[in-house]
Amino acid sequence: MNELREKRGMGLKASRTISNTIIYILLVLMSIIWLIPFVCIVLQSFRVESTWQVGYVVPKQWGVDNYIALWNSDFKTWYLNTFIIALVVSALQTVIVLCMSYTLSRFRFKIRDGLMRFMLILGMFPGMLSMIILYRVLKDLGLTQANAVPGLILVYVASSGMGYYVSKGFFDTIPKSLDEAARVDGATRAQVLTKIILPLAKPIVIYTILTAFMGPWGDFVFAKYVSFGTSSGMNVAVGMWNWLTPDMINQRYTMFCAGGVIDALPVAILFMCLQKYYVEGVTGGAVKG
Amino acid sequence: MKKYSDMEFLRLSKGQKFLYKLLRFFASIPGAIGSLFLAIGRFFKDLGLRIGQEFREIVTTFTGGDWKTKTSYFVMGFGSIARGQVLRGVLFLVFEIVFIFYMVVAGGHWMSMLPSLGKVGPHEEYSQVLDAYTTVYGDNSFKILLYGVLTVFFIVAFLYTWRLNVKQNRISEDLIRSGHRLKSGKDDLRSLVDEQFYKTLLALPLMGILIFTVMPIIFMILVAFTNYDGTHDGYNNALFGWAGLKNFNTMLSWSGGGNVYSATFGEVLTWTLIWAFFATFTNYFLGVFVAMMINKKGIRLKKVWRTILVMTIAIPQFISLLYVSKMFAKNGIVNGLLLDLGWINQAIDFWGSTAHNALLPRVMVIVINIWIGIPYLMLIATGILMNIPADLYESARIDGANPWQQFTKITLPYMLFITGPYLLTSFTSNMNNFNVIYLLTGGAPINASASSAAGSVGYTDLLITWLFKITTGAGAQYYMASVIGILVFVVVAVISLVVYNVLPSIKNEEDFQ
Repeated sequence: MNELREKRGMGLKASRTISNTIIYILLVLMSIIWLIPFVCIVLQSFRVESTWQVGYVVPKQWGVDNYIALWNSDFKTWYLNTFIIALVVSALQTVIVLCMSYTLSRFRFKIRDGLMRFMLILGMFPGMLSMIILYRVLKDLGLTQANAVPGLILVYVASSGMGYYVSKGFFDTIPKSLDEAARVDGATRAQVLTKIILPLAKPIVIYTILTAFMGPWGDFVFAKYVSFGTSSGMNVAVGMWNWLTPDMINQRYTMFCAGGVIDALPVAILFMCLQKYYVEGVTGGAVKG
Repeated sequence: MKKYSDMEFLRLSKGQKFLYKLLRFFASIPGAIGSLFLAIGRFFKDLGLRIGQEFREIVTTFTGGDWKTKTSYFVMGFGSIARGQVLRGVLFLVFEIVFIFYMVVAGGHWMSMLPSLGKVGPHEEYSQVLDAYTTVYGDNSFKILLYGVLTVFFIVAFLYTWRLNVKQNRISEDLIRSGHRLKSGKDDLRSLVDEQFYKTLLALPLMGILIFTVMPIIFMILVAFTNYDGTHDGYNNALFGWAGLKNFNTMLSWSGGGNVYSATFGEVLTWTLIWAFFATFTNYFLGVFVAMMINKKGIRLKKVWRTILVMTIAIPQFISLLYVSKMFAKNGIVNGLLLDLGWINQAIDFWGSTAHNALLPRVMVIVINIWIGIPYLMLIATGILMNIPADLYESARIDGANPWQQFTKITLPYMLFITGPYLLTSFTSNMNNFNVIYLLTGGAPINASASSAAGSVGYTDLLITWLFKITTGAGAQYYMASVIGILVFVVVAVISLVVYNVLPSIKNEEDFQ
């Protein structure tokens, strides 16, 4: 009897070891697949011998020529544009999103349900459709091409109220009894928000700031539309997209790699530092919706 | 079809159960659509009743009200000011003055032009000063449509405010009659940070949504009924005007005019749905699988594996997607490596330049989308997996369930239940996944059979990238883009409604226990 149990235990242990080994192999393979593009892009950004696309990864001649060329190109302007846009948008958008989500989570007013349903329906229209008219309106206001930065900020911020789902999901999880207790003690609704809810909602505030920063940092379509043809109004994504068009790629391929590294570094570092909050936001709010 | 009771259902075999559920699903679709129409009908009936009631109330307020109330029908806010609520009254009055001023100066003009969208286009005119013919610009159809829509918005807002003003008088009268004190301006302001704090909080965001989301959408819906395109831009080259349902007929071709667009539309829509299906479910199941691997007991370095995957979320998509797309180019790294290893003799054309290998690019975008999407799903799944009560597994193990059974009986139903709504939204957002397609392939390879439709449609083009292509360049056909946009909305709305009405797990949170 004892022997049998031991044998069974051994079998279980052995099968667990085997399955764990398989999992480790799979995980290592996956890690390689997921990291290869990033390793390649870093390696190729240090390639000196040629600027076009080649079939090998490790440079034959190392150097920082591409980064110097980047410094002497319009990349600086694009980078500054992107940075300003992302910074301003993340600040304003966070305020707007928090206002929306807190209100829809805490207040019960007459048009609330209708409003939420209406925004759900609005969200089913492809946002790209609005670009044509927004572009023409911005153009009439003089906020395109060279002045694309304020125009882009305006449009990003103005329509950001629609993205309230995630943080509303989070606010819903904060017990309402806290609000009521504070109200009994004589706090106004505004004080409840600033003194009680916001300190508790730190993870979701950081999540909102982070996503609001990363959105415009990588935005491509609308920025391309608005800055059309004028280098000084472009952001990094639009400018570097042009470098990979067929007639530019042979001169700019390695510069694209260098630019990619410079562009990705700050967001990647920011993201890695705040990863905890991002995960909390995604798992807490995103699914509940 | 026959409906089984619970006991009968339990007695069925596995295959029968599945078949039964599937049949029930499809059998309930007509019902769902029917109830949708019923709901729409009910909505309009309620709306009619509401409007009738409002009118009756407006009349009775007038006949039953005192002279202050009666004057307020013409001078908004008069009643409020006369009863001591100066702040409210002044706001009403200012709004009325602004409205009348706007309508006289500009609004009336835009409204009168709206039916024609402009009468005088750009034309040559003899100029005596220059002694030559110069181009003189006339009306601007774009502005007429835009300001016309804004004016309609304004009129609706005015009517609503006017109604509010009337209602205000009635409430005040009732309050005074029953001996209550009216709220002062100070009280009004205080309530904006207290009971009515929501109005303060929502004012700015909703204003932004109204101007930058609602207004453009209404405008673009209207554009679908015009002939606004690159050669009729409304000002510089020619006016544009109303075209009725002509554009919808071109796209769906229900009567005459060939079926160039409808064939292309069908093809692109099919691929969009296939893409959305695979993009959603491959990511979903593989993401859950990866999350389970990482979270398995006894696996070390959990944080390291997670961080490596999460890198792809942190790097801006345009860098990773553009770079990966170039890696698989004909002279890219992947082909170079395969050639060096001697596994292939000539470079593989992953992005397919000709029609006969359209399948490969399609598979490629789905596979690369897995690379993009798994980390995100892994995070979501990790959060949910940790929330599954451990005692469920405990009792399953005691009952002798093997890991596979535990997965299919506990993990998967739980996941599907929690993430049902998420799956739906991720399906619809994949239908509109512009970035992945545009940055990877740009829609290539070109679909030669669709060449007579605008926008040089390719085999990997989704409806959304097609829409984008149509709106750029000299041959831009904005009206066609609008038609596509409206059709995308219809498809998304129908899918969402049917799924929401048919899947019980989404509606009843108590079902899963």
